[in-house]
Amino acid sequence: MLDFKPNIVLSTKEFKVVGTRPIRHDGADKVTGKARYGADMILPGLLHGKILRSPHAHARIKSIDTTKAAALPGVKAVVTAADFPQPSSRASDLAEGAMMNLRFLSNNIMAKDKVLYKGHAVAAVAAANAHVAEEALKLIDVQYEVLTPVLNAEEAMKPGAPLVHERLATLHTPTIRAGGTLDDHDPARGTNVANQFEFKSGDVAKGFQEADVIVERETHTVPVHQGYIEPHSGTAMWHGDGSLTIWSSSQGHFTIRDQTARLLGVPIAAVKAIPMEIGGGFGGKTMVYVEPVAALLARKSGSPVKVTMSRTEVFEGTGPTAGTHIKVKLGAKRDGRLVAAEARLVYEAGAFPGSPVPAACQCMFAPYVIPNAYIQGTDVVVNRPKSAAYRAPGSPAAAFAMEPAMDELAEKLGMDPLEFRLLNAAKEGTRRATGPVFPKIGFVETLQAAKDHPHWSAPLTGKHQGRGVACGFWANNTGPSNVVALVNSDGSVNLIEGSPDIGGSRAAISQQFAEVLGIPVTDIRPQVGDTASIGFTSNTGGSSVTFKTGWAAYEAAQDVKRQMIERAAKIWEVTPELVDYKDGVLQHKSDPELKLTFKQIAARQVPTGGPICGRAGINPRGQGGSISVHMVDLEVDPDTGKVTILRYTAVQDAGKAVHPSYVEGQIQGGAVQGIGWALNEEYFYNNQGQMMNSSFLDYRMPTSLDLPMINTVIVEVANPGHPYGVRGVGEVSIVPPMAAVCNALYRATGVRFQNLPMNPGRVLEALQAQQGAVTSRGR
Amino acid sequence: MPTVYIPTALQSLTAGKEVVRVPGATVRQVINSLEREFPGVKERLYDPEEDSLLPGLAVTIDGEVGQLGLLEQLMETSELHFLPAIAGG
Repeated sequence: MLDFKPNIVLSTKEFKVVGTRPIRHDGADKVTGKARYGADMILPGLLHGKILRSPHAHARIKSIDTTKAAALPGVKAVVTAADFPQPSSRASDLAEGAMMNLRFLSNNIMAKDKVLYKGHAVAAVAAANAHVAEEALKLIDVQYEVLTPVLNAEEAMKPGAPLVHERLATLHTPTIRAGGTLDDHDPARGTNVANQFEFKSGDVAKGFQEADVIVERETHTVPVHQGYIEPHSGTAMWHGDGSLTIWSSSQGHFTIRDQTARLLGVPIAAVKAIPMEIGGGFGGKTMVYVEPVAALLARKSGSPVKVTMSRTEVFEGTGPTAGTHIKVKLGAKRDGRLVAAEARLVYEAGAFPGSPVPAACQCMFAPYVIPNAYIQGTDVVVNRPKSAAYRAPGSPAAAFAMEPAMDELAEKLGMDPLEFRLLNAAKEGTRRATGPVFPKIGFVETLQAAKDHPHWSAPLTGKHQGRGVACGFWANNTGPSNVVALVNSDGSVNLIEGSPDIGGSRAAISQQFAEVLGIPVTDIRPQVGDTASIGFTSNTGGSSVTFKTGWAAYEAAQDVKRQMIERAAKIWEVTPELVDYKDGVLQHKSDPELKLTFKQIAARQVPTGGPICGRAGINPRGQGGSISVHMVDLEVDPDTGKVTILRYTAVQDAGKAVHPSYVEGQIQGGAVQGIGWALNEEYFYNNQGQMMNSSFLDYRMPTSLDLPMINTVIVEVANPGHPYGVRGVGEVSIVPPMAAVCNALYRATGVRFQNLPMNPGRVLEALQAQQGAVTSRGR
Repeated sequence: MPTVYIPTALQSLTAGKEVVRVPGATVRQVINSLEREFPGVKERLYDPEEDSLLPGLAVTIDGEVGQLGLLEQLMETSELHFLPAIAGG
């Protein structure tokens, strides 16, 4: 019997629809198998595409002979990088701030002159079935000149290290993302350091001089994968007029459309991207991999082509998060106030520039008031798959460095770790180490809710048990979004929106629409429109959808409301100013007898002026940041090093939880992914750069059998930048877990772990080293 | 006049000044004012081919990331930071 509620919502403002838990509109299809995901696409004459991938981590392509493969019966097309236009290497902004070096993007999809990681695509085949396509891959003769790979940032930064890109230049600016190249006539040697930049505030040297207690910490993390269950799958079909239709599973079909159009050199309007349901993304489905390949194969074969990755291809050919090396130094006065902080963050971007180190730098010190700070970020290319976004990209590894240092500082000061954080917590008006001042945020309230939770004061009962706490910050994102609402004659509404639904956003968006109009959310039928049916909407990423598309739904509902008022005014032969709209009922302000419901106006929409259609296309700012505080109890088996999670509580500021069940799901999902990252998950490479655990059998992710229920507390400190106070909730929950587990392990074992994962081997090694040290001291 | 926090890497162009006040009712006007006072700053912030902020660059105004780039409206009391844009996962 629990002595507390497993899920708590600390609501500060109530609405009629927002904040309730309706059944999701797409739920029935998803639990009955009727929902269609990427690989479910079937078309008449559909061919199956397969991709040949490099067995080497670093090699020059001397030649590719596809003759035998093309001659195999059943093979309809073979493509290589020679079939791709080579776009400019100039960085282009593909809307919503997503800067892309198109040449890098193209060469990641299909290697041009060199293969840069094991699993890098070099050719593709379309055939009548997948088996013939796989046989054909074996007939492609690729001659390589094998080169020495660089597999981590430390090696890649050494003078004379093998170069991943011979012409890459270091950009020394915080304002430009990595990806510059040396001028053709520049005799300078290239580099593997794509970008290095810094942030300074106050006087760091003076701050550390004033500090009474100083803590330093150095950490290493290796890449981990998002682990979405659904592999990448894209189907492409060309039409007689030269247009192209793509069906795929992604976090942004507008991104799929735009990137494919740019890479193939066709007009954007000629490409229609149709979103299929998506079986997880977590940041990993925010760019193209298979869609342009399927499109080229389809064009060459004259038939529609589907390319679906295997799990091994997902691991080896798509983007995990970056490996990292971080040094952090913190200083505090004896009264517990932080006075100085310094951090150097080196992130591995993989084979092409662009790790999430800029975000990591902006998140690392954000939760705290730090008057003097220095942060240096470095982006390094290595012979591994190009890193991709993964839930709060960059911030989790930064927290793994920062939060155990905070824990150690609290210990040295003799303070409770939560009290120490409360003392230093950022609040409205706090100037961040990277410059901007915080608007309203809920860090203090979230910390207090954690402190008040029964978990924090519950006794631990075992000898090898420990409790840890850690915090995390994520900035959240926003972007352009569109919603169109079509009012039907029976009062039901077809709501078309541009954001792919990953975590229940159809419901959360419909709720915000229904709240404005005072109609039941069950009267709304939401659907995700294709790129030809709704205006540009940026990715379902950055925890942005409930914020931006919810806001677009709010505005579209206001548009409907305005038209409803005009229709009532027309019927009553008065001006619109004399009509009130409340809870789905229109009423004459002076004559209480004159009333019409939403449904009644809907029934009369055509004779009163034509169909009612609400629209909104917005690009809002004010998304606000999110804060999360996690507490974990664990137990260590001293004989095996195995760590068992006993109890876990995640407290998070959601601004306003539009659908609390989905917010809880996001919090729980992020926590579980973080626990996997903490204890088990890693890209395990041999010294030739070959991943040795590219299946779910060997790449161990936690399941429900490994973990207790993740308890949640939703704190609601309204975001003043949104009509309902919404903040993004999908990402910040993955920021604290590794640090929280690390701090709990310290309490259980006396060891502060510096590397991830803290798997049984590493824990056992640390325990034995500790035992050895104790034994040798005893002698 | 709006207050501009100069990115660390650009402070060599502002004689080490970390914070400056320059006239401007929009981000574009502020960048032009910066260029008049500190030549060389504009090319580190502005993309003439696209007539926009450089790719990957975000401007934060009074704690909020601007979505309209050069067109963002400013107040006399506005505080600006030029920071790397953050993409989400």
